[in-house]
Parts: sequence; structure tokens; C-alpha cells
Amino acid sequence: MSEQVAVSVNGRPVTVASGSSVAAAVMVAGASCRTSISGEPRGPLCGMGICYECRTEIDGVAHKRSCQVACTSGMEIRTDG
Amino acid sequence: MVSARKQFDLLIVGGGPAGIAAAVSAAQSGKRIGIVDDNPALGGQIWRGETAQSDPEASAWLTRLHAQHVELCSGMRVFDVSAPGILRAESSEGTYEFEYGKLILATGARERFLPFPGWTLPNVMGAGALQALVKSGLPISGKRVVVAGTGPLLLAVAAYLKNHGAKVVAIYEQASRAALAKFALKIAGQKSKVAQAFSLRRELEDVPLITGAWPMAAKGSGVVQSVLISRGGKHEEIACDFLACGFHLVPNTELAVLLGCRLQDGFVQVDELQQTSQTNVFCAGEPTGIGGVELSLIEGQIAGLAAIGKEDEAQDLFTSRRKMDSFAEALDRTFALRPELKAIASAETIVCRCEDVKYGQLAQQQSWRAAKLHTRCGMGPCQGRVCGPATEFLLGWTPESVRPPIFPVALENLISEAHQQEKQHTSVM
Repeated sequence: MSEQVAVSVNGRPVTVASGSSVAAAVMVAGASCRTSISGEPRGPLCGMGICYECRTEIDGVAHKRSCQVACTSGMEIRTDG
Repeated sequence: MVSARKQFDLLIVGGGPAGIAAAVSAAQSGKRIGIVDDNPALGGQIWRGETAQSDPEASAWLTRLHAQHVELCSGMRVFDVSAPGILRAESSEGTYEFEYGKLILATGARERFLPFPGWTLPNVMGAGALQALVKSGLPISGKRVVVAGTGPLLLAVAAYLKNHGAKVVAIYEQASRAALAKFALKIAGQKSKVAQAFSLRRELEDVPLITGAWPMAAKGSGVVQSVLISRGGKHEEIACDFLACGFHLVPNTELAVLLGCRLQDGFVQVDELQQTSQTNVFCAGEPTGIGGVELSLIEGQIAGLAAIGKEDEAQDLFTSRRKMDSFAEALDRTFALRPELKAIASAETIVCRCEDVKYGQLAQQQSWRAAKLHTRCGMGPCQGRVCGPATEFLLGWTPESVRPPIFPVALENLISEAHQQEKQHTSVM
């Protein structure tokens, strides 16, 4: 994973190792993934696509499990956290 | 959106060690074999990301797999049984129907989480979860990590994180030192396990392993900054950037249950050829009992051979499996949860993270079903996969039957399923 990939998280550019998950990019950006129904910031819990805590908007598609999606160049990631 | 059908003589659900071993063993038959897996790449959780290349055992199995004619369907998640012998899966492109003659379920396990105050803070996550994220590119170098909970995974995770530059502050294992000592005696006869244990301890020689200790609370503003540990009747607060905290594993049995496979003590019941209570449906790996990667590989091979009618070859592996089975039993005993862990959630602690249902609300309910109806516990997108095992331990509730879709599915894909069924129905009439 020596190659780098540039994506944006909430409009801010972030560079991660090629093959990184979107969840990793969100964490590198220092953002949380979502806001819970009672208003808490949430980040990844299970890391394997089960818990849905890491869901984010990826290239305009809402509720994607960011731990299960690999970053691609130019990907636009939005979180509500 | 895509709507396609794929046909296989043998379909394997799950591309971790058990699924890979099953495919490799069955491939000699020349039958049409497919693996369908939710993850972006094969390897399951243990061989996730860069581990698929860096772990010699993983790369050897994957090389063997790639030499065979096996169709790999990654990034597709099975969510329903649309008709007998047909599974339905969703990917980012649309939906797929998988028609099969025989089926091997190798759906793996997930971590068990127990709620405690502050466990919903970002950077508090499963032990295996933090490892999975680092395998998937999260930089961990220089970060202070506390590893806590129970199970052999804690040591493996701590060693992995340390090797990737993390400052592993300490490992807190809720099991007692006496229980671990018994476990060490139990595995003493198994060379590979002993070698593994020694190599882990060597890698972790400067990391304290503290037994009989567990997390009471995570603290921080917006993100975890420290963890309160209960140790020998006293509390100590430890600063950290990450709290990696898992309480052993629970099997992923939802698809097996949906297919009508019988469970026993929460695991998929199988005969000696790994066949479930349903004809032509086999199961291998963690869903039949938490036993680790070596047992999963053996069970996968047995299931793969049995599914192509090579029962005699499968039998040759029974002895190895039996040895590993005793390891699985020892795991269960050693890492059984201590009752004190039931007291760490306060009335205000969120148990169901999808719907933000607090422990105080749940404690008034009589059953899982009542809790679902009255509080929405378990009604969110994880469908109770996180809070279910937690309430099973905390409140003694048993989960109800499984209903499709077993994962959240885009509405358009559900509609397309209904449309297809309608078409089939009409053509029959």
C-alpha cells in the first residue's frame, strides 16, 4: 500500500495509502462518521460491515458502510458527524 | 441497476479461511464453484487488507485458490433466500441471484460488545475492529492504544498494532490469571498453538498483560481520551487515543437460520461432514463454534470435500479437527464472561446504538421481543447484531427468529425482488 490516493472528506482534501477504506480516510480527517439519533458523534465500531456506525455519504450515495468501501481517487466523502 | 443471475453447482457464502479452504478442496471436482463475500476482497477478517499478502499462510491459501476455476464475487452481500436453492445478494451495482446445487456457509463471526459508560465515543471500538481498520489503511503509529475485553484475539491485536507502531499501553483481560494458566496447560500439547503463544508474548514483552481487569467507563470530549479500568477492586484511569475493546466472538448465524438450519447453543449444528440439518447445506468455520483460523481451515476442507462427494478424503481430516475441537472448548471455558461485567452499564448507558436505547429502558422489559416493540431496541440497521449478544448476556434474552432481508437493502433492490417474485408467480399460473 505504498501508493497514495487523494479523496475529500467534507470538502477537505485527505491523502491515504492506496487500498485504504473510506472509514480510515474519515478517521485520518479527524471527522466522526455520523450523528446518532440523540445527537452523539459516532465512529466505526466493528470495522467489518456489521454495525453500521461508520455509515457516510460516498459520491452522493448516502448510508454507505465506509469500512467496507475502498477509497478511489477523487472520491467525495461526506459525514454528518 | 444490474439484476443478474449466476448458477453454481457449489456456492460458498463467505470468503474467509473456511470459505477459501472449502473452495480449494472442492475445485478438483471440476464443478462450477462460486464464492460470494461482502468484503471488498477475499480473506475474511483475519486475512483482511494487506494481511492477505503479508501473512504466509494467507498468501499460500489465496495462491492455491487463484490457481483454481472458482468465480469470486466480492462486495456482494446475501440478504435473502428468494426461492429454494436461490440466494439473493446486493452489491453497489444492483442485485444478483445465486442459484446453487450445494451450499457451504462460511459466514464467520463478529466481536461481542458489552456496553459501558462512554463506549459510544469515537475511537472506542472492537479490538478486531481496530486491527481491521489498520489493515485497511488507518495509520496507528505513535497512537496510545488500550486493549481490553477478553479472548485470545486481544493478544493478537495488541501484537499487530505494536508491530505497526502503536504504543500499546496495556492489555486488560477480564479472565483470571488462574483461568489463563489452565488454558496454557490445555494448549501445551498443540505445538502450533504454543509456538503462536510464545511468539506473541515475545512480541509483547514490554506490554503489561493484566488479568482480572476490565473497562468501567470511557471518557473524553468528542473522542475517547481515557479509560477507567477496574482492577483488583480498585479503579485506575489510563490515558489513550484508542480503546480497542472486544469480548470474544459471536457467530454469524443469520443466514443459516433463515435457511432453516438448526442451531445448538447458538451455533450451527453440523454432522461430522459439516452438513447442517438442511440437505445440501454445509457450514464451516466460526458459525459452528469459535475455534480460530486453523479449525476453520480444516472444517472448510471437510465441507468442500463432502460437498463434492469425497467423503473418504474428508474423513482423513477428522483427527485434526478433533484435536482443534478441544481447543475450541477450552476457549469457551477460559474466556467465559464474569458476572461483574453485568454491572458496568448504568441506567443511562446506551445499549442499542442504532436507536440510542438506554439500559434503564431495557431493564424494564421482559424479553427481546418486548424490548423491540416498546423501545425500538434492535430495530436499527444492524438488526440487533451488536445489542443482541449484549442483551443476551446482560438480561438473558434470547434472540427471536430471523426475518429477511437479513441486512438493510436499498429499497429499489427490494422492489426489484418483489417484482421478480411476482413475475415468477404469474408465469406459474
